Amino acid sequence: MEDKQNILTLLKNKFGKKIIKTDDTGDIITATVDSLSLFSIIEYLKDDPDTGYNFLTDICGIHYPEYELPLGVIYHLHNLRENRRVRIKTFVSLDRPEVATLTPLFSSANWMERETYDFYGIIFTGHPNLIRILNVEYLDFFPMRKEYPLEDPTREDKDNRYFGR
Amino acid sequence: MPVIDPHIIIHPEDTDKVYTTLNLGPTHPATHGIFQNILTMDGEIIIDAVQTVGYIHRAFEKIAEHRPYYQIKPLTDRMNYCSSPINNLGWDMTVEKLLGIKTNKKIDYMRIIIMELARITDHLICNSVIGVDSGALTGFTYVFQEREAIYEIYEEMCGARLTTNMGRIGGFEREFSPLAIKKLRELLKRLPKVLREFEKLLMRNRIFMDRTIKVGPISAERALNYGFTGPNLRAAGVDYDVRVMNPYSSYDDFDFIIPIGTQGDTYDRFCVRQEELWQSIKLIENALENMPEGKYHVDVPQIFLPPKEDVYSKMEALIWHFKIVMGEIGVPAGEVYHAVEGGNGELGFYLVSDGGRKPYRLHFRRPCFIYYQAFPEMIRGSVLSDAILTMSSMNVIAGELDA
Repeated sequence: MEDKQNILTLLKNKFGKKIIKTDDTGDIITATVDSLSLFSIIEYLKDDPDTGYNFLTDICGIHYPEYELPLGVIYHLHNLRENRRVRIKTFVSLDRPEVATLTPLFSSANWMERETYDFYGIIFTGHPNLIRILNVEYLDFFPMRKEYPLEDPTREDKDNRYFGR
Repeated sequence: MPVIDPHIIIHPEDTDKVYTTLNLGPTHPATHGIFQNILTMDGEIIIDAVQTVGYIHRAFEKIAEHRPYYQIKPLTDRMNYCSSPINNLGWDMTVEKLLGIKTNKKIDYMRIIIMELARITDHLICNSVIGVDSGALTGFTYVFQEREAIYEIYEEMCGARLTTNMGRIGGFEREFSPLAIKKLRELLKRLPKVLREFEKLLMRNRIFMDRTIKVGPISAERALNYGFTGPNLRAAGVDYDVRVMNPYSSYDDFDFIIPIGTQGDTYDRFCVRQEELWQSIKLIENALENMPEGKYHVDVPQIFLPPKEDVYSKMEALIWHFKIVMGEIGVPAGEVYHAVEGGNGELGFYLVSDGGRKPYRLHFRRPCFIYYQAFPEMIRGSVLSDAILTMSSMNVIAGELDA
């Protein structure tokens, strides 16, 4: 419990208003941060001896169409020495979906950011090779956004009413 | 007019020197899966490699957003298909974490037995394939017999072999049958002998050692930076294992050793996996001996399907059955990240729920996808046949890579 408070206090003291929201009730402590200072926050978490979150576990995107800033990127960091995890979220708008890349800090961020770009169209500024990775290059939409249905919506042979949906 | 071969690249400084482009894949028999690598070669030496992935991308994350919780497990089967029960049970545990269900020791021990069996199949394939790629086919055919025996145990436990769909959220669909236990005990008796013989074939074999030592090495620092987990990270000398760091499913009840390597090369990866096989056998033996009494599922009617005879005779069971099948169960809103130690490393499930019948967002942290990007760095400057060995020793599984 001490640790949980500790990292959030450290972040708040250092970055002040850039930390928009914090939550320590879930399984991993979560901080929602401003997208413009994301890089410096992650750099601090990685390199500062007080924090030492030296392992980037995961990057993934998320889409909340009803939010003011609908596109989100979620980072999971892990301090392997002390076995602590932290989750950093940042949200961007549809018009300017830009977040700084983490590739200078973590080589593993390269493909994870490409995957996030591929699915959500989030542009990681400064990324060395930001092209689609799992989908075909000529795809002209970002398939994991909520407005794209799973099945062809013009299909008539399958009425969802009969399946309780 | 001379025909210019587009596959020949002229060296930027030394114009007498030409590089050749070699297309390794997508369906090359030596890559054991659908990977494409475009290699720039200077004679036999690899100058650079560019990987293309996504050939078997099936949009599992999108599909998962449209399926009730209990229908997502068949998708996880198809990620790391060499050890699908780990994926299945990892998904179960993720949903249990979200719902706040505590499983009893009996379920935990059953899960440990299954997950360690899966680890054995995964490591057996990987290690024997390293042998195949270095020209030793005998070990492969020998240990595949044991893999077959494990698949027969799976069959006895859940009815399927490769895509197992094993377990249920909140426990198991049935008890291990006496035949499954019998087959398991037979395997435990037979496997150490087979493994010892397999090790005799390869471990101190001069040819094998010459082919694998210092092939495709990676330092601990680079491995961490590249997000390596599992045996590949441990071979580089970092003792990170999810089973020990964040124990799930009562792994903390057991005593087992985490082997680590020093060089991070192909031989170390082989040795680490080989030692993990021994540890898995020990874990299964311990779990089987100390199996506590109890029920094979938690008493959670809102998520665990009632027995069929109750559905036909009891009203409450019928209601729950209907609700579960139609996906009308109550799931709290929230988000969880749960990681298990898969065959290749930290297999994570990041699940966001908005309280609806299906996940709002589900992300799989696939270890293969993350560490395969280090491949060009590991093979730069080595010869082509070493690149093949490096790839098979990293145990890159196409299904997990592309999700």
